[in-house]
Amino acid sequence: MTNIEIRDFIANAIEENPVMLFMKGTPHQPACGFSARTSAALNALGVKYAALDILPDPRIREELSGLSGWPTIPQLFVEGELVGGCDIVMEMYESGELADKLGAEQPAGDEAPVPEPQERRQPPIGLENRLE
Amino acid sequence: MPSASELKERIQAALPGAEVAVEDLTGGGDHFRAEVVSDRFDGLSRIQQHKLVYDVFGSEVGGPIHALSIKTSTPHGGTR
Repeated sequence: MTNIEIRDFIANAIEENPVMLFMKGTPHQPACGFSARTSAALNALGVKYAALDILPDPRIREELSGLSGWPTIPQLFVEGELVGGCDIVMEMYESGELADKLGAEQPAGDEAPVPEPQERRQPPIGLENRLE
Repeated sequence: MPSASELKERIQAALPGAEVAVEDLTGGGDHFRAEVVSDRFDGLSRIQQHKLVYDVFGSEVGGPIHALSIKTSTPHGGTR
């Protein structure tokens, strides 16, 4: 893939998915605490979202940050607009703004969602085959 | 390796009059948390507020500064 193809892919993903999360790892297997918290917040709200793992190719992150002007991962887009990274998403989750924005029900209890323990536990060494 | 006090000084230099607290979360000089109170944030969205702080460090965020967690507010309280 060329850089332009990567950029187009990212731009399309943002445009086509009303709730689009760029993260390190996947919602099932986040590879970073910030990404884990952000996807856990979306999971807690029960919203459907698309997620893209930026780790397989460093150019994904470069092109994404070039497009969004935002230097860090994760990045959450809603209706094509950057909402923020982990800090902003968690602030909005706690204030109920995120539920409003996504048309979701704020779960009972005011505790911020904590990722499942197994999601945070990284094996000492792991290899995921992405060559296929 | 950047230190919490260096980050604090640079944010204060970029946003004169801001109240800044920076914490080195791991002690390793690469994961930081910054709390910034500035009237420069007045009328800005959270995204714009956080970008003002990220912009102080440019491409160092994601590089030597692996993670910079940010909390912004205005002296009047709101983050909009």
